[in-house]
Amino acid sequence: MSELTRLTIAEAREKMRARDLSSVELTDAYLSAIDAANPSINAYVTVTADKARAMAKRSDERMASGEAGALEGIPLGIKDLFATEGVHTQACSHILNSFEPRYESTVTSNLWNDGAVMLGKLNMDEFAMGSSNETSYYGPVVNPWRVEGSNKSLVPGGSSGGSAAAVAAELCAGATATDTGGSIRQPAAFTGTVGIKPTYGRCSRFGIVAFASSLDQAGPIARDVRDAAIMLRSMASTDAKDTTSVDRAVPDYEAAVGRSVKGLKIGIPKEYRVDGMPGEIDALWQQGIDWLKEAGAEIVEISLPHTKYALPAYYIVAPAEASSNLARYDGVRYGLRQQGRDILEMYEKTRAEGFGEEVQRRIMIGTYVLSAGYYDAYYLKAQKVRTLIKRDFETVFADGVDAILTPATPSAAFEIGDAEMAADPVKMYLNDIFTVTVNMAGLPGIAVPAGTSTDGLPLGLQLIGRPFDEETLFAAASVVEKAAGRFTPKRWW
Amino acid sequence: MTIVDTRTPDPKRFIPGATGDWEVVIGMEVHAQVTSKSKLFSGASTEFGKAPNANVSLVDAAMPGMLPVINEECVKQAVRTGLGLKAQINKRSIFDRKNYFYPDLPQGYQISQFKDPIVGEGKIVISVGPDRKGEFEDIEIGIERLHLEQDAGKSMHDQHPTMSYVDLNRSGVALMEIVSKPDLRSSDEAKAYLTKLRTILRYLGTCDGNMDEGSMRADVNVSVRKPGGDFGTRCEIKNVNSIRFVGQSIEYEARRQIAILEEGGSIDQETRLFDPGKGETRSMRSKEDAHDYRYFPDPDLLPLEFDDAFIEELAAHLPELPDDKKARLIETVGLSVYDASILVSDKAIADYFERAAKGRDGKLVANWVINDLLGALNKAGQSIEETPVSPDQLGGIVDLIKAEVISGKIAKDLFEIVWNEGGDPAAIVEERGMKQVTDTGAIEKAVDEIIAANPDQVEKAKAKPSLAGWFVGQVMKATGGKANPQAVNALVKAKLGLED
Repeated sequence: MSELTRLTIAEAREKMRARDLSSVELTDAYLSAIDAANPSINAYVTVTADKARAMAKRSDERMASGEAGALEGIPLGIKDLFATEGVHTQACSHILNSFEPRYESTVTSNLWNDGAVMLGKLNMDEFAMGSSNETSYYGPVVNPWRVEGSNKSLVPGGSSGGSAAAVAAELCAGATATDTGGSIRQPAAFTGTVGIKPTYGRCSRFGIVAFASSLDQAGPIARDVRDAAIMLRSMASTDAKDTTSVDRAVPDYEAAVGRSVKGLKIGIPKEYRVDGMPGEIDALWQQGIDWLKEAGAEIVEISLPHTKYALPAYYIVAPAEASSNLARYDGVRYGLRQQGRDILEMYEKTRAEGFGEEVQRRIMIGTYVLSAGYYDAYYLKAQKVRTLIKRDFETVFADGVDAILTPATPSAAFEIGDAEMAADPVKMYLNDIFTVTVNMAGLPGIAVPAGTSTDGLPLGLQLIGRPFDEETLFAAASVVEKAAGRFTPKRWW
Repeated sequence: MTIVDTRTPDPKRFIPGATGDWEVVIGMEVHAQVTSKSKLFSGASTEFGKAPNANVSLVDAAMPGMLPVINEECVKQAVRTGLGLKAQINKRSIFDRKNYFYPDLPQGYQISQFKDPIVGEGKIVISVGPDRKGEFEDIEIGIERLHLEQDAGKSMHDQHPTMSYVDLNRSGVALMEIVSKPDLRSSDEAKAYLTKLRTILRYLGTCDGNMDEGSMRADVNVSVRKPGGDFGTRCEIKNVNSIRFVGQSIEYEARRQIAILEEGGSIDQETRLFDPGKGETRSMRSKEDAHDYRYFPDPDLLPLEFDDAFIEELAAHLPELPDDKKARLIETVGLSVYDASILVSDKAIADYFERAAKGRDGKLVANWVINDLLGALNKAGQSIEETPVSPDQLGGIVDLIKAEVISGKIAKDLFEIVWNEGGDPAAIVEERGMKQVTDTGAIEKAVDEIIAANPDQVEKAKAKPSLAGWFVGQVMKATGGKANPQAVNALVKAKLGLED
């Protein structure tokens, strides 16, 4: 283990600027760390070592000639959902067997333009459908965290489980991730890392394999708040190739890190105190409230009355869009094809073989809720609920609330193969209970580690902001981070 | 949707059956390819006739992570068309996904507009006739809506013994689906509707209307009923690709349905195909097999919104439409309804006429275009685009007639020369001595002089009248070829006392 992989993006950036460190050295340190850890953690599905070294070399050349970009020479891991030219891009699904696109996603293009180095592609739940990274065709990712005194494997959360685990285990300086219902924030909370889902439209979706188009949004998972801010600034852009991306200048998010929260109004939604919530989550939440109060923020109790309908509505809208988005995986043009007697049998065999159980379940749910006779009762109703959820937030923001503080997850990380969740998918879906509202309303949300469970596992708090006010989230999250400290797993791998 | 019957049953359109008269009720859904350089949601070219899969972008092939981006020109074309159909333009419309699996549909859904189309209700006035009295009947046909959607690719089943090939060149090309109300009551009306719609689209430049290239296809909904009765169950005849076939398919389908009903049967709502070889329609799929398309708003696309200024700008630059042009030709040029109707029926003919008539006697030009030019083209089996006589040439001929340089009779010869050999009509008249000399005194003087100077020849000619030609030649020579040869001939014969 090299000490180099301990460095945050900001620290590595300073060392490289001071010529104390080259990108090639840093990249090699990460590649060695991946070699050593990946058989245990399974965070990477592909390591692009040669490409990484070549990119690092070019970064070093650019730094030598004084042309360094904002992320020059920083080695990153990329979630398998992002299209990377000539490199494995399968959304961790068998149906995209051997698929290597001839194009690059806008988000990764932005990162490379700023000088970042690609280490490889990160594991994830198949098509980003899951909260434990157990639905990947490439097997589950193992959380670098373990219960003290136990050697049982825990989930890193999902769907960006590979991203969160790789960041926590120091297998990359930072990682791209995506969040449709909590897929950045929940794994960040489970691994003691920082993850932000920016406002819908902040990052381009071009070149990101679609799950639920109206909810999907890319964001970073990083070691700390500052690194998340640095990464988001590079990832975000306006993009003519995605008409849902927003034409708005990208602010210097890093400048907001450490900014005072004095006088900010922080809302505490009473509806997030759900039944059966563990006492340690409640205590963590209270701790966060106290920290922010001490930092000068005003704490107000607020009501988001339609919160309880968010999860059921989400599990109608997201599968509905997914059932249509995944129709293109038909064996005709790329990826897996299982021959059949006729076209219908080819479709059936290909999709039965290519999609995992959870993906098939969501395609069926989505197909059902859009069917004639059910559309009004399910899809249309869910869209109405969505409007009401959005209005809840608009109302509190109009009342002067600057950000909302909630727990990030209802529990700490659980064991891989948890019998209860395997038996009842709804139990798994409940992981997203605090995060889905944010996607439904298109708002930014950040998960920041705030403490540990009685078992010694990391727990996170979530801050929800006004549309395009990620800066306030970085400011408030850094207050929590400063008070709570950083959380690093003990190396067992 | 409540269907309102806007028509009064008219016995001259009834179809006689064994149990009495029947009335056919027709509604049309026309798919018109939008004239645009690139596709509805991608930058790929729409050029016809390219090698298979030459015009395919990553979006058209539905590669993972690709997103549609609306082509503004296609939106403008749809709005122009809506304006041309005197229709409601919806400033906010929504793109929906129509979901179904087919190899030539890469996304697994077609992006279309379902509940909120870009264009709402409008109308087209069709002209049926002329009848035996030469009268035209104008009928207003309601337009239900117009929406934008993507075309699918093409499956080719005849390229390989065991496999099908797919050509995605058409995949994603913009189509306007133009839906009429069920206001048509005969195959002639349906043909007139399609013809008129095509004319309007061509005037607007929003669709080239080339049915043989697939730029325009019609789905025809046909039902029959006792005159004035309740609407019957309809069958939809899919993808009819010529105006003639639309007529034939309606004739066949109406008789098929009447025969079933008269035998006590009932009509199954179904989709049918027209077989042009056999002249019949046959069942394609029944209502039970109909797809559930699971329409829902496409989350990749924001609602399509524009303001009044956007519409007004397009309206301000809209070309003159056939009905307006016809009215203008009747009122300001003074053409007959019949002549004006013929001229405006085809934009290319109207353009030809307007160019030839510019600064000239419109009525005279109209006669020449309709009787001579269109007659000759028809005889030669050529279209107006292939005419060997340009509008300027035809205008030149008319100028010569108006200036009394040539007679109408000579003009016909001149037209034939221009048709066959080309050239400037005035120069031809000059070179070939076709000019008529109106000063008969000058011609007479020349004849008298030649006769007086050649008494021997006069005697010979009186014995052998065919020698009169010699005198004609001498006169032509003396007048420098400017005299009208026929006039000279007549004069010589009269002076020599010869009869024809």
